[in-house]
Amino acid sequence: MSVEISHKIDTSRLDSIMAEYGYKKSNLIAILQKVQEVFRYLPEDSMTYIGTKMEGLSPATVYGVATFYAQFSLEPKGKYEIKVCDGTACHVRGSMPVLNAIKSRLNLVDGKMTSDDGLFSLETVSCLGACGLAPVVVINGKVYPQMTSDAIKIVLDTLLKEEA
Amino acid sequence: MEKTALNINIKEEQQKSLEEIKKQGLRVLVCCGTGCMANGSMKVIEKFEELGANVSTLTHNDKVTIVPTGCHGFCEQGVLVIIPETHTAYVKVKVEDVEEIYNSHIIGGKPVERLLYTDPKTGGKVQKSEDINFYAKQTRTALANCGHINAECIDEAISVRGYEALYNVLAENDPEKVIETIEKSGLRGRGGGGFPTGRKWRFTAANRGGKSYVVCNGDEGDPGAFMDRSVMEGDPHKLLEGIAIAAFAIGADEAYIYVRAEYPLAIARLKKAIKDAEERNFLGENIMGSGFNLTIHIKEGAGAFVCGEETALIASIEGERGMPRPKPPFPANKGLFGRPTLINNVETLANVPVIMLKGADWFASMGTETSKGTKTFALTGEVNNTGLIEVPMGTTLREIVFDIGGGIRNGKKFKAVQIGGPSGGCLTEEHLDIPMDYDNLIKAGAMVGSGGLVVMAEDTCIVEVARFFMNFTQHESCGKCVPCREGTKNMLKILEKIVAGKGEMSDLDMLEELAQTVKDGSLCGLGKTAPNPVLSTLKYFRDEYIAHIKDKKCPAGVCTAMKKIVILPELCKGCTKCSRNCPVGAIEGTVKQPHKILQDKCIKCEACLKGCPFKAIVLE
Repeated sequence: MSVEISHKIDTSRLDSIMAEYGYKKSNLIAILQKVQEVFRYLPEDSMTYIGTKMEGLSPATVYGVATFYAQFSLEPKGKYEIKVCDGTACHVRGSMPVLNAIKSRLNLVDGKMTSDDGLFSLETVSCLGACGLAPVVVINGKVYPQMTSDAIKIVLDTLLKEEA
Repeated sequence: MEKTALNINIKEEQQKSLEEIKKQGLRVLVCCGTGCMANGSMKVIEKFEELGANVSTLTHNDKVTIVPTGCHGFCEQGVLVIIPETHTAYVKVKVEDVEEIYNSHIIGGKPVERLLYTDPKTGGKVQKSEDINFYAKQTRTALANCGHINAECIDEAISVRGYEALYNVLAENDPEKVIETIEKSGLRGRGGGGFPTGRKWRFTAANRGGKSYVVCNGDEGDPGAFMDRSVMEGDPHKLLEGIAIAAFAIGADEAYIYVRAEYPLAIARLKKAIKDAEERNFLGENIMGSGFNLTIHIKEGAGAFVCGEETALIASIEGERGMPRPKPPFPANKGLFGRPTLINNVETLANVPVIMLKGADWFASMGTETSKGTKTFALTGEVNNTGLIEVPMGTTLREIVFDIGGGIRNGKKFKAVQIGGPSGGCLTEEHLDIPMDYDNLIKAGAMVGSGGLVVMAEDTCIVEVARFFMNFTQHESCGKCVPCREGTKNMLKILEKIVAGKGEMSDLDMLEELAQTVKDGSLCGLGKTAPNPVLSTLKYFRDEYIAHIKDKKCPAGVCTAMKKIVILPELCKGCTKCSRNCPVGAIEGTVKQPHKILQDKCIKCEACLKGCPFKAIVLE
């Protein structure tokens, strides 16, 4: 079966990822994680392509898996991926005011969590396991402990300055 | 069974490792758990290196070696620097403090008083690490080595008897005896279920012969729990050894560790540990010449709470949507790829090597009648000492919160503890003295769960917390069972309504009815336990729900919809500062005349209240 690829997507990159992990169905999640790492999201065509190439899979199954797990994003993520922990400990110690401060600083609203310039994307995660430092914000893997709405604004301003 | 002659001698290996470690000179432990790393442990280590200390796995200059370790548990006080020789624990160490520690303590032999832990009760400095209240009352089994060894160095693990239990088990070559020992120890599943571990092993071992698997559940999804992360980061070899013993007992030659993608450090350290153990032939082909083979794979999760459920986890490893399957067939008969599979949680498996070394009787001597051994708890929330602790089963909540935890922060009053995450329940003042074990907690309408303990003070709104958990489970429901998918959604709607001040008394009956339906009609643990936080808060804090519904008041002053901010006319000087501060123009009044807040416009941001120079604005 061959599939028309509507947008230009580097299928050779996808081929090499699939070859690296193997074409077995049990490797699908690891493959999607790698694709997301490379493209910063899962382009629709990449899912279709993988669905036709791998053993016993269809594009629909791949889409089903991709939409099941919170880690996968079908929209491009920002250059800076901001994760606000809203686990119990962070929630009790005030993660919501921190989240709101980020939204207001970056002009983000529910439903639109990537900034217009593509620099920042925002999401809440349920627990990062750093509960002793609550509330916690993670930006591109760096953990910012004991955040407050004022402190996070300083962090964002620093990043914005670097990008300006 | 005939004993097997192995091709190495573990005691000799231990001796070699101990000698290597002796050459390190003075050991300075720097905590490199996720918590301390965020507070800058890498910078602290770099500074020590700059000053002339060795930093590494096993290089040495007979003087001083910095050992990056896993989590010490006392995350609140990070970065922790511990010098075992003098039992000194330095807390909240910043990079600026390193030079003083190096010159005064390491070179001069004089401890740096100001960096010692201050006892919040006496105000005095604590000289010895074991006298810090947080540690004094703990008994560490699963966490015994966490924070004391370099997690990335296999020699350090071997020096503290790592792989000795596996060695003994393989030399004895009697899987039945291993299962008997675990049964006799009384170890129960630490992931939440509390199912007897030995029995699970026996069920799976009954299918011995063909291909079977061991799966280690490291999908620590409960928000507020991080013990599994600490074991994987701080003592990965202990986990690998536990898996190997389990695999030998049930006759498996392949194992998977399923780790949350949110734990990148744990994944990295486990991968390194597997590689090192394979090089030393503690894993891989023909382990230590015994003929027993074991390959361990790491599977990264992709963010789905339901994958903590064993059948959903299996589906996820197989590359599918992580949805639970009906039981039976149980994984012991038909699990991963349709083969018999033993699934145990990280903490459960980390207890196995210690039980094999010290004996079932030793383990069973700790704990209560039905719950043996120790349990880790992640102590968080409004408590002075947050962190990871391990205590014998049956320890009371009072000891945990007030002795180890150092009481409620900022002198606030204790209100409740939420235990067991979104599947658990609340414990209140009346439960402070019951011995905490699996059965007592079930009786109190809660559960041990994975051991997350979130302490709540008087200013935490219990209805809001119930809403928070329902929002979580509603979001994480995989959607397979209609009662869970739709029931949690509707329960959340009702809770949101109550929190917004629009609740009616009939809502409480509806909540209880829905809760029962969700419990009865769901396939897996997520749905069966999702209503627990609501049910237990309704049981112990019904008056708070009623206050929200009837009086339209939030007793804890949390729910914004019920907050009313007013200006006291007798104190207001009419300075107009508040009306200028108000972002929505909800304050009117003329200069030098008392101002007024238009309640229908007010968004309760408290900007006026915080800015008022005359304290004339109050929260009603």
